[in-house]
Amino acid sequence: MSRLLSTFLIAASLLSGTVAAAGAAPGGAPAGVPGDLGPPQGEPIHAVLGIPPNVPPPLNRKTPAKVIVDLEVVEKEMPISEGVTYTYWTFGGTVPGSFIRVRQGDTVEFHLKNAPDNKMPHNIDLHGVTGPGGGAASSFTAPGHESQFTFKALNAGIYVYHCATAPVGMHIANGMYGLILVEPPEGLPKVDHEYYVMQGDFYTTGKYREKGHQPFDMDKAIDEHPTYVLFNGREGALTGDNALTAKTGETVRLFVGNGGPNLVSSFHVIGEIFDKVYYEGGKHAQENVQTTLIPSGGAMMAEFHVDVPGSYVLVDHSIFRAFNKGAMGILKVDGPENKAIYSGKEVDSVYLGDRAGPNLHAVSVAAKANAAGTLSKDDQVKAGQQLFAGTCSVCHQANGEGLPNVFPPLAKSDYLAKQSKEQLIAIPLHGRTGKVTVNGKDYDSVMPPMSQLTDDEVANILTYVLNSWGNPGGQISAEEVSKVRAQPAPAAAGH
Amino acid sequence: MNALRSLPILMLGALLSLPAAAANYAALPGGLFTSVMPADGKAAPVTIEPFQLRTEPVTNAEFLAFVQTHPQWRRDRVAGIFADGRYLSHWAAADVLGSEAQPSQPVTQISWFAAQAYCESEQARLPSWYEWEYAAAADDHRADARNDPAWRERVLAWYGRPSNTPLPAIGGAADVHGVSDLNGLVWEWVGDFNALLVGVDSRDQDGADKLKFCGAGALTMQQKENYASLMRVAMLSALKASDTTSSMGFRCARSH
Repeated sequence: MSRLLSTFLIAASLLSGTVAAAGAAPGGAPAGVPGDLGPPQGEPIHAVLGIPPNVPPPLNRKTPAKVIVDLEVVEKEMPISEGVTYTYWTFGGTVPGSFIRVRQGDTVEFHLKNAPDNKMPHNIDLHGVTGPGGGAASSFTAPGHESQFTFKALNAGIYVYHCATAPVGMHIANGMYGLILVEPPEGLPKVDHEYYVMQGDFYTTGKYREKGHQPFDMDKAIDEHPTYVLFNGREGALTGDNALTAKTGETVRLFVGNGGPNLVSSFHVIGEIFDKVYYEGGKHAQENVQTTLIPSGGAMMAEFHVDVPGSYVLVDHSIFRAFNKGAMGILKVDGPENKAIYSGKEVDSVYLGDRAGPNLHAVSVAAKANAAGTLSKDDQVKAGQQLFAGTCSVCHQANGEGLPNVFPPLAKSDYLAKQSKEQLIAIPLHGRTGKVTVNGKDYDSVMPPMSQLTDDEVANILTYVLNSWGNPGGQISAEEVSKVRAQPAPAAAGH
Repeated sequence: MNALRSLPILMLGALLSLPAAAANYAALPGGLFTSVMPADGKAAPVTIEPFQLRTEPVTNAEFLAFVQTHPQWRRDRVAGIFADGRYLSHWAAADVLGSEAQPSQPVTQISWFAAQAYCESEQARLPSWYEWEYAAAADDHRADARNDPAWRERVLAWYGRPSNTPLPAIGGAADVHGVSDLNGLVWEWVGDFNALLVGVDSRDQDGADKLKFCGAGALTMQQKENYASLMRVAMLSALKASDTTSSMGFRCARSH
């Protein structure tokens, strides 16, 4: 009985503590606080949230309002790459979290809900909030509970929000970040498209693209060695069918944040120049920017005009992150070509430096003859002679004599005469390294693979060599070269 | 040893209509222990008196037996100030487990008050944080395995699993003390959960809040091996005594 009583007593003391902790109602800011545009007007508005990469529509509102934001924290397993899953902690079920859009001077009543099935307590720190912890101190929420706090959005700008529950780094690394836009009172200039992109680094125990469920790796996170660096939380979130889209002649505004937890982003769109970048999410814009730095826990807003159709690649220009850790997205622009601005590929020709010029005429004759099926050995020899001058003569010399003790001769070569067609073809294709004996002399040198040469060109060069300088003659066709090229390279011979 | 010691308790239990099968308790020696929450707020180890700890968390079957003999703790009769609206909500009915609550799974959706009342029915109490943390530091051959990266990884791996899959049943391997399932199954209530005083914003390291959140100053997060315990503290700090969650269970302890 006395034990039961003690339970009641503890209950009473805990309850009194709870009552005392209940938050005071938000009062109006005293007159004169910069950014305060007065009390909210009209009925409260429920904020429309943007699911990445989409942004809620512009507010087009002339007066401050009371805006209610409902955001639910969801812990869920989702793919991080093809065949790889990860347990994300999310604001609103996506990484990054839902995009919040309010107007400067708005009074924001924030409801943070922690889904009942979640395992962890969470909170939210909005960088757009003026107050201790950015709201974190008022929003610590256990699973199955909801916290409410209210703030006035005093400063226009694009701000990061994130979870600030211990261990903070782990909550952020698991995807708990997003953006809140505080529009200036007059709104933002009208554009055709607005998109929401956020970079984050991820740490898994398995290697990049190692299949299966991958747990969070605390040691890698502390060492700042991410397995993945991603836009919008998943490899492929912004590529293929998920690419951002626009049409030529349109304007695009990107809201780009960086959740971190560790890396800063050198954000760049390959093939575009940002007309304006509101760097660090602030008020002022820099113009004509190629690459802009987005700090961890920071954001920026970029505006640009798309003039030429094609795929523009969003990258972190710390470029290994783009090609080896996943930090890549696509902006696909459709519409008519504009050759005055960008021609596309006009010429694809062999570049031979000072050997280029009219003496390559025979090469194009041979190429045409080959295409027409009328290629003769004579055509090949003529073309091969010109190609030899561009590619081979630097070492083997124009007269095929080579250089004593360094580069073996091709002229009257007993070595060449012993080779089968396949072996001959393999030399320019795969290179030749190590000791060879030619005409009684030993050579020990390196010839790199001439992988820049096409099948046609290899065939013509070899045919020229076989029919020059007292060599035994013969003919090599492009088809024969193609067959050898399809085979795996032989192990380094000659040792 | 344990059986002998618990004999009188068994008899007492019969008088108080205890669940039929009495739970097993293991004796833990205690001693000096380096907690993530130092005794003096800096680095001092805490002294833990010898105590007994339930070898397994309380299961759905055990808690069902409890509410049958203590109907004031049925979900349809419990006083609102002792348990929130989700108390035992995964059971099929107030006195039926159903398919969502297997008998041998640890009971969850339990408030601190309900857990404390259950332990009282076993002539026990909830363990203190220090007792729980000390017990959970063990593995199968060490009383304190916390410096072993493999131990940390195992503990952290559970945090990384989503809670949308059914809970495993009790019956994990016993540690060096003979206690099972302290890590990797459920969160567990401790008696002094509301005294942990971690700041609601865990990044507070200094300043005016330091006295208010004395735990926060200690949790500098410089020792990564503390992460596993730290997350327990954070979770417990988020709760009120009437709160219930889908992964919060409990076990009981007794002083010697």
